[in-house]
Amino acid sequence: MHNQASATVPVHPLDTNLKIDRNILGMMFFIGSESIFFLLLILAYVNFHKQYGTGAMAAWHLDVMRTGLFSIALLSSSFTLWLAEKAHAKQSGLAIFWMLVTIALGTTFIAGQGIEYAGLIRENLTISRDMFGSTFFTLTGFHGFHVIVGLILLSVALWVMARHKQHDITEAGLTCVSMYWHFVDAVWIAVFSVVYLWRFVQ
Amino acid sequence: MTQGALERTHEPVNWLAAVPEYQGILSWLTSVDHKQLGILYIMSAFGFLVIGAFLGLTIRLQLMFPMAHVVSQDQYNQIFTMHGTTMIFFVGMPLLFGFAVYLTPLMIGARDMAFPRLNAFGYWVYIFGATMLFFSFLAGGGPAAGWFAYPPLSEKGYLFNSGQNYWALSLFVTGIGSVATGINLIVTILTMRAPGMTLKRVPLFVWMILMDGFLVVFSLPALNAALVMILFDRILNTKFFDATMGGSPLLWQHFFWFFGHPEVYILILPGWGAISEVIPVFSRKLLFGAGIMAASTVAITFLSFGVWVHHMFTTGLGFAPLYIFAVTSLLIAVPTGIKIWSWLATMWGGKLRFTVSMLHAMAFLIQFTIGGLSGVGFAVIPLDWQLTDSYFVVAHFHYVLVGGMLFSLISGVYYWYPKATGRLMSETLGLWQFWLFVIGFNGTFFVMHILGILGMPRRVWTYPLGMPGWAELNFFSSCCSFILVGSILLFIYNVIWSFYHGKIAGPNPWNAWTLEWLADSPPIAENFERVPVVRSRRPLWDLQFGSGGDGEDNHA
Repeated sequence: MHNQASATVPVHPLDTNLKIDRNILGMMFFIGSESIFFLLLILAYVNFHKQYGTGAMAAWHLDVMRTGLFSIALLSSSFTLWLAEKAHAKQSGLAIFWMLVTIALGTTFIAGQGIEYAGLIRENLTISRDMFGSTFFTLTGFHGFHVIVGLILLSVALWVMARHKQHDITEAGLTCVSMYWHFVDAVWIAVFSVVYLWRFVQ
Repeated sequence: MTQGALERTHEPVNWLAAVPEYQGILSWLTSVDHKQLGILYIMSAFGFLVIGAFLGLTIRLQLMFPMAHVVSQDQYNQIFTMHGTTMIFFVGMPLLFGFAVYLTPLMIGARDMAFPRLNAFGYWVYIFGATMLFFSFLAGGGPAAGWFAYPPLSEKGYLFNSGQNYWALSLFVTGIGSVATGINLIVTILTMRAPGMTLKRVPLFVWMILMDGFLVVFSLPALNAALVMILFDRILNTKFFDATMGGSPLLWQHFFWFFGHPEVYILILPGWGAISEVIPVFSRKLLFGAGIMAASTVAITFLSFGVWVHHMFTTGLGFAPLYIFAVTSLLIAVPTGIKIWSWLATMWGGKLRFTVSMLHAMAFLIQFTIGGLSGVGFAVIPLDWQLTDSYFVVAHFHYVLVGGMLFSLISGVYYWYPKATGRLMSETLGLWQFWLFVIGFNGTFFVMHILGILGMPRRVWTYPLGMPGWAELNFFSSCCSFILVGSILLFIYNVIWSFYHGKIAGPNPWNAWTLEWLADSPPIAENFERVPVVRSRRPLWDLQFGSGGDGEDNHA
């Protein structure tokens, strides 16, 4: 709504405000805030495993190859979302297709995380077992929760795009959703590097 | 165009209770209007202030005589924990958000906040969180680990009732609302200023709120991360802070104070902003060094993220961190000192008007300086080792938070009350309240400096007979605390009395020059009839005396 209004109202010659959509600006600060949250969770993980030298040992419990494949699904979903945005800007029907692909890839990642969790819990490696369980499940669990929130946002965006031909999702609205999604992806790169790839640095 | 802003197409309403848009309780419960939400925030904060004050009074009653037994040890722990938590999160934060969301759009000439519904979300989340925490008393006992809840005491093994869980959940929820409001304030200030209102021309209050927004957005998530961990420790049996299983109680202290130290600046910045508006107007002078004031605020914002370890000087971190954080803690006193001198220089040679608002501002200057000096003393490591965890610390932070924040924001209430309600507050009642407040506050807390030096530790339930000076000083402090609570009740009585009987204020009762005084008192729902164009830091002077009357900042 805001950016539609600003498209028609001429900017006052003395206006010195930031020339950026306020929704996007708000999203930037939200992501900044979330970054601190994840930074501290990652720091907690690093702190505990560096202290006792258990970081590499912990990573041996995990199936790097399988999670790596699911990670590729998540990372490529950023690319397909970018394609969806490009298509949407050109008002192409492909936008809906790429949105569907993005959601499917994100769901694949969450399914992969579910499989991983189920396997660990079968081995009695739970959140309350030891330091590794505590830090691992808290960190990846919060990331997974953010992926699910992202999937809900993407689904709402898709629903608006598909149903409301007259009131299509605004460009800023879609940009906000995609910023959030890219952020969740970027966090995963950090988490994956720290948690899964630790054993390769020693 | 500027002259046009003075023309009115309707008669002003003159009284908040008569504004047609604000009729009925439903218009308040469903409001997304920044003025209504601001008033709700401030009213709720004062409601919790009364609760927090009575909790504090109970502490003072318990400590009034040696070996007293007014409340049990366990109740005492719950009471001081709830006193601290209530005052910081349910009084301090909402009070400053109330001022921020009420005044920011008016001061920058905007219709409302950038995200009005998010604004309402922030308020209702705060009410929900606060209610949840007080509900813990009904659910088996309140939290009892102090407002900073150090593990292992805050762990399940020591406090097994659910109070501590409510504490973590409540602050987590409230924290999310605070981040939302912080984002809202930043975006409002960066994208919604009136034409001509450059960042060099916004009132100092708005600068403080902008920096406050940054502090909230980047420090609250640290608390939230720590709260998640302690909550998981308690509910899901994780081991984050359990030293027996490889966890680290020290990590909590790092995370908590990484939030906690910016938090104290979050609390004080809006107070500074209020003082920076009040002192110039009642000195009839422009603020001395406004640019330096804004710059020093930015400096404090950055530095405040780099001083947290001075809360942990006795945890055995080794000497390198001690020296580094001692230096940064000394450094942050410099921009703060600049502010004190700027306010003094503003008053110097001014035509002072000793309204109740101004009196509170002047008391602020003295008390905050005392609190600041005792605070910077803690950067001196040997002094910190001697005084940490003693009543000296209690005296210090009450001088900063009550003598600083509360005095400055009550000064702000006297100053902006006519804007919000259309009526002036009673100066007669106000004078009584001011002197009782000064006597009660200083009487209660100044002696705590001495108690701390004499070795009385914080958070003790009672103390034995025969400790040198303890009984006398504690008795004196407790007596004065009744005066302090009385003055707070008198203040609230004044707020209510003046709402019905105060003099009709008119748009600009103090002859001020910032944009909020251009709007009606109370402002119409849209704030301004037409968007004002700003040509200097003193838009109302420009309207009265012609544009560019100050010969400064005039690029147009």
